[in-house]
Amino acid sequence: MLSLIRAVIGRDLRLAMRRQADIVAAMFFFIIVVSLFPLGVGPEPEQLRRLAPGVLWVAALLATMLSLPRLFADDHRDGTLEQLALAPEPLALIVLGKVIAHWLVAGLPLVVLAPVLGIQFDLATDALAVLTLSLLIGTPALSGIGAIGAALTLGVRGGGVLLSLLVLPLYIPVLIFGAGAVDATVTGLGAQAHLSLLGALALGGVFFAPWPTAAALRVALE
Amino acid sequence: MLEASNLECVRGERRLFAGVSFRLEGGEMLALQGRNGSGKTSLLRMLCGLTPAASGEIRWCGRPIAQIGEEFRSELCFLGHQNAIKEELTPLENLLSTARLAQEPLDEDAALAALELVGLLGREDLACRYLSQGQKRRAALARLVHEKRALWVLDEPYVALDKAATELVAGLVGAHLQRGGLAVLTTHQAVAVPAGSVRELTLGDDVAAQQRL
Repeated sequence: MLSLIRAVIGRDLRLAMRRQADIVAAMFFFIIVVSLFPLGVGPEPEQLRRLAPGVLWVAALLATMLSLPRLFADDHRDGTLEQLALAPEPLALIVLGKVIAHWLVAGLPLVVLAPVLGIQFDLATDALAVLTLSLLIGTPALSGIGAIGAALTLGVRGGGVLLSLLVLPLYIPVLIFGAGAVDATVTGLGAQAHLSLLGALALGGVFFAPWPTAAALRVALE
Repeated sequence: MLEASNLECVRGERRLFAGVSFRLEGGEMLALQGRNGSGKTSLLRMLCGLTPAASGEIRWCGRPIAQIGEEFRSELCFLGHQNAIKEELTPLENLLSTARLAQEPLDEDAALAALELVGLLGREDLACRYLSQGQKRRAALARLVHEKRALWVLDEPYVALDKAATELVAGLVGAHLQRGGLAVLTTHQAVAVPAGSVRELTLGDDVAAQQRL
């Protein structure tokens, strides 16, 4: 079981390394969107500090959305998805492997970039730390929930737009608790409650999402 | 071993075939024939359990495949229209990762031997997107060399292959039948399989009502 998940992660990471342009594009999108805000709203530190959590989290959601359509589309096109669906093990395990690989490729770079970008918004050190921590806990949920949407829109014409319409509303709780954690730190309330709820969302997202995703993939393959 | 009774396939508003029944024992091969669009690929996907049949039942060792899903899939090797190889990976990496995903032990020497057999030695470190169509098909078919699972379902295995490779694949299928395996394949070419007994089933409008072997 574990060896299968490891094999899927290994394969997807290797493929991602051969196609680094995708990862770099999503990272630059994140950097640029976040950097546009200080230019647009002006340099008052007080205002920027208030905006920072929301801006960084919304940009993280959008950057994750960029890579979601390809989560299953490539495998679907070249026939490997059929092979995965015909593996003796449950398809949900394979999906779990793909979700983990997606997070490593699309989520983890955002976590690493966030503290650097947060400096543009004049965030204090403790707020930066909580921002990074909230992204570290929250981005796996984005990959898990996104996988359901990616599977449901697989093979649909104009699936990219439909995917955003399906998935972005489901991201709202993650956004609220993620940005809320940083806000709570800035205002001195403490972020623990927000982070706990975010952790619950992430655990739920990563471990329950593979089952509906697998069901949706089987429908798409019919 | 593999038994299909009264299979019906409906695609959209059209009925492609109905009443298709056959029985296949170890060492036997079913050659599916029929014009384009007669439902050959749909039938193969039904046999794999990818597409549910509109009516009828498929049994493996006497039990419906829908019930024994995982047990059945561990006996099944499916090679579809698409090659199921990753363009970014080399033939060797493709072969090894396919084996790993199927939870089958395959070491690098065995994989290289398989690639040598299908004539891809010297290309094993080249990303598959640089290969020709026929070479990609060879890379996909290389997994049959060490394939021990009992039921092979092959969709147009000879497409894009040259004469030597076609005979090679027919030889692999023959050896598989000789080991007591089963094979179902579609083809438009008459290719003699060196061993095992071959049954033929033709799908088409005129015989769609009742086709029995």
